[in-house]
Amino acid sequence: MKISFKLNGNDKTIDIDGSTPLLWAIRDKIGLKGTKFGCGIAQCGACTIHIDGVAVRSCIYPTEMIEGKSVTTIEGISGEENLHPVQQAWVEEVVPQCGYCQSGFIMATAALLKENPNPTDDEIDESIRNICRCGTYTRMRKAIHRAAEINLKQAEDIENDQRK
Amino acid sequence: MTKENKETSNQPKSKSRRRFIVQSGLGTLGILAIGTIVFRNPLRRMSYGVAETLIPPYAGKGNKANLWLEITKENNLVIHSSKVEMGQGTFTGIAQIVADELDFDITKIKVIAASTDSGVTDLLGTGGSFSIASLFTPLREMAATMRELIKQEAAKKLNIDITKLYTSNGTIVADDQSITFAEALNDVKEWKLPKTPVLRPTKDYKYIGKPIQRVDINEKVTGAPIFGIDAEIEDMLYATVLRPEIIGSTIESVNTSAAENMPGNIRIVKRKNWLGVIADSFAEALAAKNEIEINWTTPDKIWTEDDLREYLQVGNGNKMITQKVGSQLKENEEEFSLEFTSPIGAHAQIEPNGAVADVKDGKATIIISTQVVFITQRQVAKALNISSKNVNVIPTFLGGGFGRRLNTNHAVIAAKMSEELGRPVKYFFTRKEEFQNDTFRPPTHHIIKGKLGENNLLEYMEHHYASGDVAVNSALMPGITNTLMGTDVGAMRGGNIMYNIPNRRAVQWHRTLPFATSWWRSLGLLANTFALESFIDEMSIKAGIHPGQFRLNMLEDDSKGNRIKNVIKEVLKISNFNDKTNGNSAMGLAASIDTGSPCAHVAEVSIKENRIKVDKVFCVLDCGLAVNPDQVKAQCEGSINMGISASLFEKMTIKNGAIFPENFGAYQMALMKDSPKVIEVKLLQGVDDPLPVGEPPLGPIGAAIGNAIRRITGKRLTDLPMKLS
Ligand code: FES
Ligand code: FES
Repeated sequence: MKISFKLNGNDKTIDIDGSTPLLWAIRDKIGLKGTKFGCGIAQCGACTIHIDGVAVRSCIYPTEMIEGKSVTTIEGISGEENLHPVQQAWVEEVVPQCGYCQSGFIMATAALLKENPNPTDDEIDESIRNICRCGTYTRMRKAIHRAAEINLKQAEDIENDQRK
Repeated sequence: MTKENKETSNQPKSKSRRRFIVQSGLGTLGILAIGTIVFRNPLRRMSYGVAETLIPPYAGKGNKANLWLEITKENNLVIHSSKVEMGQGTFTGIAQIVADELDFDITKIKVIAASTDSGVTDLLGTGGSFSIASLFTPLREMAATMRELIKQEAAKKLNIDITKLYTSNGTIVADDQSITFAEALNDVKEWKLPKTPVLRPTKDYKYIGKPIQRVDINEKVTGAPIFGIDAEIEDMLYATVLRPEIIGSTIESVNTSAAENMPGNIRIVKRKNWLGVIADSFAEALAAKNEIEINWTTPDKIWTEDDLREYLQVGNGNKMITQKVGSQLKENEEEFSLEFTSPIGAHAQIEPNGAVADVKDGKATIIISTQVVFITQRQVAKALNISSKNVNVIPTFLGGGFGRRLNTNHAVIAAKMSEELGRPVKYFFTRKEEFQNDTFRPPTHHIIKGKLGENNLLEYMEHHYASGDVAVNSALMPGITNTLMGTDVGAMRGGNIMYNIPNRRAVQWHRTLPFATSWWRSLGLLANTFALESFIDEMSIKAGIHPGQFRLNMLEDDSKGNRIKNVIKEVLKISNFNDKTNGNSAMGLAASIDTGSPCAHVAEVSIKENRIKVDKVFCVLDCGLAVNPDQVKAQCEGSINMGISASLFEKMTIKNGAIFPENFGAYQMALMKDSPKVIEVKLLQGVDDPLPVGEPPLGPIGAAIGNAIRRITGKRLTDLPMKLS
């Protein structure tokens, strides 16, 4: 079936069996490999993307359900020039080891910060439930706080600019 | 054109004779180098190297020219690495080492994993935490030779005496002129190889020893397609494979007709022990697989967890004394003993195993996440009955290794399917298959006995440890090593007693299990140290001596003993160690030495609502020269989090002949909420050269947590994963 949606800001139509998990549509049909396969049953978070701004585990999400919606993957969160604040924070704290889980964590974090711009440690524990086998959790926590700071600073800058 | 130099390097005194080859005309400009090794019995040397503190030298493959360092026309540097990057930061370390010796801007260096076609393949694969330690000197010698070579050519081009030239960040500079390395190397027809020049003194390092940013950071925060599972070859098909779920069973009969009518142009490839279902897409292959009717043979024995525990215990299997000092306890002498166990552990690396294979015209191309590039090449060649020369294995970044990718026969299966179908095939495990077909960390059983002497220190200690295969039967260490060594050197890691107890012995009881077990990050160290350091702690309580002091008093006054003492003293200091319980929280101390790197942890643990929570961990590691202190710390943090996961949550079991659980979630692992808010790492440099980093910090974490729990609850937990009943 033909499914039309917005992918990383652009209109997109694909022809695919509607029950195919969105993860495979993104990876193999569309060819964006940043969204990862880890388990296929919504347990690891490696496949996390945003649908209409909300974090979703794409491995159990039927492709037909994205008709008319807006999908963002790791490839679409940064601008042309600059990394997304979460990615910036990840670079500053040197988070990744093997890197495989990282897109999923970055996407989950970006969605969390949209909802809760300055989460506490407990709130982070509560909402970031992806798995990192390399054990980069300790740096991720720092990076999440750092990303919140960067966001805040950017918001202030914009406000200051507008006041001028 | 090629030229060789057989001079021995004159500085520093090197154990090996390395020959360098230089070659141009690669499209770009390059220097080729050979690392040769001198030891008579590589297998034996390798085995001891793993067991003891020796660092196996770089074991390059034979006499073929190896492309290592390549300067491009744009004056960038490409390093072809013999080791793969699985997260441990080796590519970054390699870039730092070469950048310093060659005098090159690190941001203009690209490190790639060498494919077998380029010649740089390490027989030993990537593992054992040896990458940086073993490459440190050869890489510097190679880079220094290259630097000298470029200077020679620059001297000719600038018509200036070579002694007046110096290098600066990829350029050769004379009084008032300069040319880039690439310009100097351009159009060289005749190479003249210098002797290996003097290496740069430590004080001149700009990169080595500094917390340099990871060279792969950008790819890893932007989701770049760098992993094996991301690889594609045009016209590729997708495959999934059915394998037996019950230990010991094989295919009896199969009906594929329903599956073959499913969408996706289903093809079937059948072999004795597996059945490949191939489709135009992975989702279609999986759907068709569900429609296959298959009967498996019933094996002679249906294994259960109890069978396994009975089969694998101290007193059963191949006995080998791995340590013997002083005399044994007399028969009816009074002693204290404890029994410990650890479960089957899964690697659970997040990227599933798999491979992309393209077999045609008697040639094979394999793209794969593997720790064993060379072995994979040989396996594929053998399976296809073609020469190794016709198999090019292209390693990618690994989505976690941890020892799991020392056994990657997915390449063989993908190649077989591609050969039969005449199309490229991508084949990878589902998570369930990953859990059921892991090469597990073997379960272990330990009995430790001890007796305090008149000085209230241990006078006698004996560690019996039973384990399945770790090194034995692995492709890296063929069965023959067992005959050579008489013991499983992998299971032995951390099994011997590091304290100078006048009478001590360690005895291994090894047995091959009915399912595959193999290397899991740190091998035997995790379980052995958990048992040994829990026992030592219990004895310190019995002796009424501070756990730190108890350990320090029993360590030898030699260089190894002193390095262990130093990490213990330092961790007591930075943690402000307190032996007393504080309400429902307490601190626990443990230490170990692995591959020459001593490490001590203090874990601050609390118990709330019957839940064990590791609040803070202090870690002191002496890994010699830390080429990248930030990444060494990252390895400590990672090991600690992985160790917490193994110590408190992870466990595979056998039910009705099959191995469970079969997915994340059911296989409990540490998440963000379980990881300590603070991990404070301090590095000591007890020796000048770099030592292994990636595994030693896994040793003490389990015991450190258990020792803290003992102080809170009064109970000694002796089984991993530790649970409050
Ligand atoms: S692959 Fe989707 S949660 Fe694991
Ligand atoms: S960085 Fe390797 S799994 Fe998270």
